[in-house]
Amino acid sequence: MDGLILQILNGLDKGSAYALIALGLTLIFGTLGVVNFAHGALFMIGAFCAVTLQRILNLGFVDEGATSSSVGGFSFGGAQETPYVEHWFGEAVGGTIIDWSVPLAILFAIPVMMLVGIAMERGLIKHFYKRPHADQILVTFGLAIVLQEVVKFYFGANPIPTPAPDAFTGSFDFGVLIGYDPFTIVYPYWRLVYFVFAMVIIAAVFGFLQFTTFGMVVRAGMADRETVGLLGIDIDKRFTIMFAIAACVAGLAGVMYTPINSPNYHMGMDFLVLSFVVVVVGGMGSLPGAVLAGFLLGILESFASMAEVIDIVPGINQIIIYLVAIVILLTRPRGLMGRKGVMEE
Amino acid sequence: MTDQTTDTRMDATRPRASAAHKSSGLLGLTGKDLGLFIIVALLTILAPFILNPFPEGSALAQFNGGYPDLMQRFVIFGIFAIGFNILFGLTGYLSFGHAAFLGVGSYAAIWMMKLLTLNVIPAIIMSIVFAGIFALVVGYISLRRSGIYFSILTLAFAQMSYALAYSVLTPITGGETGLQLKATDTPLLSNLGPTEIGRANFFGVDMRASYEMAIGDWLFTFNAGYYIAAVFMLLSFYLAIRLFRSPFGMMLRAVKSNQQRMNYTGLNSRPYTLAAFVISGMYAGLAGGLMVAMDTQVGPERMFWTASGEVVLMTILGGAGTLIGPVLGAGMIKYMENIVSKINDGILHQWFAFMPDGIEDFLVFVIHPFIGKGWHLTLGLLFMLVVIFLPGGLVEGGQRIASVFRRKETKTSTVEKSAAEQQQHSE
Amino acid sequence: MGILEVKNVGKRFGGLQALGDVNLSVKENTCHAIIGPNGAGKSTLLNCLIGKLIPDTGSVMFDGQSVLGRKPHEINQMGISRVFQTPEIFGDLSVFENVMIPCFAKRDGSFRMHAYESCDAETDIIAKAEAMLDEVNMLEKRNVVASSLSRGDKRRLEMAMCLSQKPKLLLLDEPTAGMARADTNNTIDLLKTIKAKGELTMCIIEHDMHVVFSLADRITVLAQGTPLVEDTPENIKGHPKVREAYLGEAEV
Repeated sequence: MDGLILQILNGLDKGSAYALIALGLTLIFGTLGVVNFAHGALFMIGAFCAVTLQRILNLGFVDEGATSSSVGGFSFGGAQETPYVEHWFGEAVGGTIIDWSVPLAILFAIPVMMLVGIAMERGLIKHFYKRPHADQILVTFGLAIVLQEVVKFYFGANPIPTPAPDAFTGSFDFGVLIGYDPFTIVYPYWRLVYFVFAMVIIAAVFGFLQFTTFGMVVRAGMADRETVGLLGIDIDKRFTIMFAIAACVAGLAGVMYTPINSPNYHMGMDFLVLSFVVVVVGGMGSLPGAVLAGFLLGILESFASMAEVIDIVPGINQIIIYLVAIVILLTRPRGLMGRKGVMEE
Repeated sequence: MTDQTTDTRMDATRPRASAAHKSSGLLGLTGKDLGLFIIVALLTILAPFILNPFPEGSALAQFNGGYPDLMQRFVIFGIFAIGFNILFGLTGYLSFGHAAFLGVGSYAAIWMMKLLTLNVIPAIIMSIVFAGIFALVVGYISLRRSGIYFSILTLAFAQMSYALAYSVLTPITGGETGLQLKATDTPLLSNLGPTEIGRANFFGVDMRASYEMAIGDWLFTFNAGYYIAAVFMLLSFYLAIRLFRSPFGMMLRAVKSNQQRMNYTGLNSRPYTLAAFVISGMYAGLAGGLMVAMDTQVGPERMFWTASGEVVLMTILGGAGTLIGPVLGAGMIKYMENIVSKINDGILHQWFAFMPDGIEDFLVFVIHPFIGKGWHLTLGLLFMLVVIFLPGGLVEGGQRIASVFRRKETKTSTVEKSAAEQQQHSE
Repeated sequence: MGILEVKNVGKRFGGLQALGDVNLSVKENTCHAIIGPNGAGKSTLLNCLIGKLIPDTGSVMFDGQSVLGRKPHEINQMGISRVFQTPEIFGDLSVFENVMIPCFAKRDGSFRMHAYESCDAETDIIAKAEAMLDEVNMLEKRNVVASSLSRGDKRRLEMAMCLSQKPKLLLLDEPTAGMARADTNNTIDLLKTIKAKGELTMCIIEHDMHVVFSLADRITVLAQGTPLVEDTPENIKGHPKVREAYLGEAEV
């Protein structure tokens, strides 16, 4: 039993990432009717926003005059850099700011992702609304390559460690909380943070769509785009904003994921392939389906990695998601919660 | 998408004459097709000369593409792309998992060489057979869906194959390290010494055997492996031309154009698409088998989805639905991969040395991200530009340029007029 | 016994009874028109005939064989061709290829793997397609890409595609919808010529009474999913029930 709970918990963080990316993909697909293969790249850009902020915060100068400013008065060959933030705000505050660079990167990433999203939609995607889905896939696939190569050019090919704040680096004993023996269910703090964060974002997106007039129009547009257009509502502008929001969701998912996996330039593509599978399993165009399928597949993947399961069906952990996708697509082509007629010729 | 059929549109003119005369021309090809095939054949045979235009030792020698390894890649990936184009270019079904068939072909080939004989022909035959069977299974299931669902299904199958080859199937696939010929391999029909590592051959001709010819400062390499692969490429290309001009090819284009009308016209689109899928899978298997014939090794990364993406890039870049496009695309991408990636800042400085220092440095600075390791960036941008502005790929680009010149010279014929109208229509 | 026998066909969409209890008998080599106000179930009925929809109840017999449960391509191979409301053609292909394809389907059946022979060598198909295009006066447009044709030409092309298969039954779903008067008259003339040959049966759904009365031998009036009357055009013209169903909609 404790093993099961642990696996569910383990599945949650990956499931959260899948759900967030799939949510954005579905928003874009449902509103704009565009299959966006560059969505994984947005996740990756988000992650590199965190890296960038960390680098900016660590920018420093070599303080040759200082005698006992840092590291307890012991300086390594005199080349010790003092970050500007520590210089300006004092060591304690500055140090905390650097320590908290990943959560702070959320503030940094929101405007960046908004801009990236708007630029992408206005500059490229807009021209592909009326082109076949194959063309949309191809051009966004090209864009994804370009974006990841640009990131590779500036940040290199190796993963860049971006630690969580010290306060969240450890693990906590979840088992004790629910009455198990100590050390049976140990779960890293940051994964819990990630899960909570994902839930907040998902709730925010759904709330936004449910309770604002803007969201109502967008939902109407997802259901029947032409009619909403006929009502004289400027649907295009709203769709641009929706794209920016979807980009933000993916970007923030990327920012917060950095402590779990050090970001590299191809992380976007790795996640994208799986997220597409998630979207298809959830049902193309269904937001709840995307979220549900994201968590479901994340947890399923984690179950499949249990030693007991692998003993029975070797290699199942590697293929479980794809296998589920194939079975779902063949037996229930609309996915778990998909609407009729979406993307079916 | 309408103007992706620029090339095929031309054959609309062809039945006009043929009602009167039944002559089948050389090899059963007529007119433009025959010309195209002869040009491709000549280019392939003379490739060691054409790709080595710069004398050894000159500054430009590094742009010579005429070394065996690269030439082999040209033709092998050409085969892969020709096959992919039969599926995507004609039927419009976008497979994102074609590398799986390439991989299966490779594994089949290396096992033939390990167990039976070091002769490449049985290995290649087996690679085609196994890839065909695998494609039949995958296609039968995947083709029950169309559009993006089909793409995702093929992607899922390919990723599963990759994951399995990487892990569980290690006894068959060698896992992460893959398979290569070892001293312990004793193929039934080959007499190897106890510690001898087998080398692939074609009825005794070593695939790595090369004849080098020096003319002045120039050095040309004629490699046995390349020529064997080239023969297979020409054969594949020839069969693809026949298929494009056949009733079967016309049906595949009908699938792409209007599947509903096709079904209400009494044609069952499913077996047509499945046949196209299997044929293109067999082409991929052939490419995989040839790869093994050249370097006698295989690893699971050959099946990774990026490898599937690469053949998509090649086909679109060159011109999907056209005959020569995929070959051009494959050549271009492989050339960039091997040559553009070698350019570095030093070479750029040499090129721009005639300019004032400031401008020289600036140009080098601007171009720097696009060369060397950044060649993928160039590729991605090029690919985007092609998808946005030239959906028919490089072939369409060539045709547009050609039609500009032709319009100046002569009156436009009916066909060109309709082609021109079509282009304006699509713009 | 007609070539097409529709018996007790009913079709429900959720709460909507689209077709109630339809009985229809179409005699060989006649033109049977189905008219009725919007939402009367005309298109639903047609879709049941070609396998696009499967009715909940009843039977559809064509030439002594049941149509129900067969796939569209099988139904076509039985000898039923259909002209759609918006012309369904192969837009990316040339006009000539558009006509060659149904000729192949007629000759080779629903699938044949002839991937090595050249289209140019198929002289019989080429001759047939040429004759067909000539018949609809489109031979000079043979090399035009079909999607760039005018709407009237697209309709003629679709008609040629259907006729080239020499179907036993031709179903026409509002063949003149959205056409200019001149195009409509052309279409009527074309259909009249075909009809005069007496080689095929036609079943036509139409709103334009001018078209209906120019062509039909018998007319069935459909209202709310059930046939109201079936009679000759002369008798239908003054029928009180028909006037009632249309409420002045028809310009008789």
